[in-house]
Amino acid sequence: MNTIIETKEVTIKFGGLVAVDSVNLVQKKGEVLSLIGPNGAGKTTLFNLLTGVYKCTSGNIFFDHNKITDLKAHERTRLGIARTFQNIRLIKSMTVLENVLVAHPDCQNESLLKSVLSPGKANKKRREVVDECMELLKIVGLEEMESEMATSLPYGKQRLLEIARGLATKPKLLLLDEPGAGMNNFEKEELTDVIHYITQEMKVTVLIIEHDMKFVMGISDRIIVLDHGQKIAEGTPAEIQTNPRVIEAYLGSGEFKDEEDK
Amino acid sequence: MNKVKDLLKTIKSIRFTKWQKMIFLIALIGLIVSAPYIITDNYILHIVILCSIYACLTLSLNMIIGWSGQFSLGHVCLYGMGAYITTLLMTQTGMNFFPATILSTAFTSGFAMLLCLPTLKLRGDYLAVITLGFGEVFRLFLTNSVSITRGPAGIPNIPDPVIFGYVISSKQAYFYFVALIVILFVVFMKRFNNSGFGMAMIVVNEDDIAATALGINVKKYKLLGFALGGGMAAFMGSFYAVYMGMISPTSFAYAESIKMVSMVVLGGIGSIPGSILGAVLLTALPEVLRAFSEYRMVIYGALMVVMMIFRPEGIWSRSSRMLNEYKIKAFENYKKK
Amino acid sequence: MFFQHLLNGIIVGGIYAMVALGYSMVYGVLQIVNWAHADVLMFATFIGLLLTTYLKMPVFAMVLLVALFASVLGMSVERVAYRPIKSGNRKMAVLVSALGMSTFLQNLAQLIFGSGTRQFKAIESKSFSFSGFTITNLQILILVVTSVMLLILYILVYRTKIGIAMRACSVSVDNAKLMGINTNLIISGTFGVGAFMAGVAGILIGVYYSAVYPTMGYLLGMKAFAAAILGGIGSIPGAVFGGFIIGTIESLGAGYISSAYRDAFAFFVMILILVVRPSGLMGAKHIDKV
Repeated sequence: MNTIIETKEVTIKFGGLVAVDSVNLVQKKGEVLSLIGPNGAGKTTLFNLLTGVYKCTSGNIFFDHNKITDLKAHERTRLGIARTFQNIRLIKSMTVLENVLVAHPDCQNESLLKSVLSPGKANKKRREVVDECMELLKIVGLEEMESEMATSLPYGKQRLLEIARGLATKPKLLLLDEPGAGMNNFEKEELTDVIHYITQEMKVTVLIIEHDMKFVMGISDRIIVLDHGQKIAEGTPAEIQTNPRVIEAYLGSGEFKDEEDK
Repeated sequence: MNKVKDLLKTIKSIRFTKWQKMIFLIALIGLIVSAPYIITDNYILHIVILCSIYACLTLSLNMIIGWSGQFSLGHVCLYGMGAYITTLLMTQTGMNFFPATILSTAFTSGFAMLLCLPTLKLRGDYLAVITLGFGEVFRLFLTNSVSITRGPAGIPNIPDPVIFGYVISSKQAYFYFVALIVILFVVFMKRFNNSGFGMAMIVVNEDDIAATALGINVKKYKLLGFALGGGMAAFMGSFYAVYMGMISPTSFAYAESIKMVSMVVLGGIGSIPGSILGAVLLTALPEVLRAFSEYRMVIYGALMVVMMIFRPEGIWSRSSRMLNEYKIKAFENYKKK
Repeated sequence: MFFQHLLNGIIVGGIYAMVALGYSMVYGVLQIVNWAHADVLMFATFIGLLLTTYLKMPVFAMVLLVALFASVLGMSVERVAYRPIKSGNRKMAVLVSALGMSTFLQNLAQLIFGSGTRQFKAIESKSFSFSGFTITNLQILILVVTSVMLLILYILVYRTKIGIAMRACSVSVDNAKLMGINTNLIISGTFGVGAFMAGVAGILIGVYYSAVYPTMGYLLGMKAFAAAILGGIGSIPGAVFGGFIIGTIESLGAGYISSAYRDAFAFFVMILILVVRPSGLMGAKHIDKV
């Protein structure tokens, strides 16, 4: 009943390559779900399918029990699916705060007529939007740097800024594409705290792609493993760690056999 | 070069208080009111009016190139369409300038959207070629549909606009009229740029995939950017028609589009003061350097190449301060709390 | 009548194909549209005109010299207007710079040669007709030259080492560089080869219509570009195919629909193709990596 997102036999083909092959995925509200798998397993492609950057070749996606397979990317964001990008996509010509502001629906929906004819009235609403966005920056610990250019931040902070930006769209589900990439251990702890805050205090469900196993095992309630576009395993961190198919996918079958031979 | 850069930076970083702004505004109004009395030479006044027309046209093209991020080479098509529709409405139906302009502006805006529609998914170069093609087809239409447009001969004797019984006919009156238009355009662009709408458009311009992830309807902004730019161009076309008193297809040729693009590029893509600067420089300079007038287009071409190599952002580049204005006003209040 | 239009279309189409190749090859390697391509062609044609009228040079030598001149000019355009640009928003900067170069060349030609149309008579024309079907010796010559040039290009691109390097660059300039290919040289070479073809095409079209004028490159270039898009920009067989299609459609359209709008047909076809199949008939589908 309380699933937030569900895919049914989702498939996408690029020419002859089946990048995601009939994947079924169910995530409950409030659950921290992680997608792992070797490079090229189709994790980011699956994200792109969920957010609507790519269209599925076949299969269906349901968000909050509504079919969203045919919705466009921005419509899905409006419904409540936000994301961050693996290769950071912040707006270069804007400051930290502005990057969050533009994601806020009230900022985008500000009527052009109103802002041109009576900017004074528009300002009132803007004040509230700025307040909200500053709160979000506080959550990720960037409120002191609000007026710096977004791209002048260090790598790890840029990833946090992307999270704040995603939250500004008022999502129900936040997809994080390798949020810990390029972060040191200290920053990763910060990130863990941020994710806990998002899921527990803000009641936003989080779906994560991550390569750092320690981080994944620590934060996830459940893990799905992809390899060659297919789902090969699913379960709690403890189950995944001991799953022979997962080990095979990561280490290759040869080494696995060697162990058996012993 | 560096000194100039520093100077520009300081100029840009100056912020005026409310009082200083008021004084500046009063001085500006005083200057505009007294200008026709100071400039007694009608020829110079004509150049000033031309500069103003081009300033507005550059702003309108910059709306398309600089804000909505679509490279249009067919701006004359929209400019000329505005001019021709207004003219035809005025000469054929005897309509007054203002309702005719409103109609032609609205129609051209719609047409601009239609022009933009098939090209939404295309990358910059393709859009440039298609808009160029439309400009060419439009010119062919103007020259060949003799029954409507009178062909290459053009349409003469366009009546002057009448406002509350007063006929705008002298150069001085036209000067006041165009000054008002420039002010309106600048205020509009500034407020547009500071609005949430304008900010969203900048996101679309910079990264459309990020934009969709933020819930921004990329199509809508691209279409509206084109429509706004097209409408502004059509408005200026209408003004141009009544000001000159006659129009012909030669006023709306390919070279004119290139001229406007160079103004945008020279001034600064996505910059309001830059647009005005670029337009004034490229309109006034060839007039000042009469001897060079036949080299004008050669210089434009060379200038575009040189600018792109040494200062691709233009003379007065888009500054992030302008973007900040949405924030600044609201943010000051946040800090007070 | 139909076959006559078809024949005329194919002949003009061959010339479009030669020009389109220049656009397509450059786009394949650098992903930029060389707006100055058609103006290089125009300049070269003027040089050919001067060589014929003032130096009375034999046709073959003249064509060769003009093509070489075009090559050098094409390579200089790349060197001056494209290579130095390394700004953040490179695409936009290169587009503007290319336009600037095109404007510069076009108006320079107007200053040097005047803006009027000059006649270009390099060969005495004779026409042969069979049962209501006319073909001139000029048309036969154009067909022969076009075929030979396309064949040479084919051999160059698909049968030589330089061709392999060119194709490697069109897959990825960065990777080609890592493989030890002198990419700057190959890029220059691509411009050179494209301009060489354009030089020959310029002479052919100048002689065919017996008209040379500074803005001749503008329309010709747009049609050739339309051809390159139609075939799928970046694809060499696509450009050739597109050239013939555009030429034929234009000739048939002018013959049967309206000759006043002759120049508009290429655009309508181009827009139609871009809407239905943005990657062109033979182009590779483009997928944005996110």
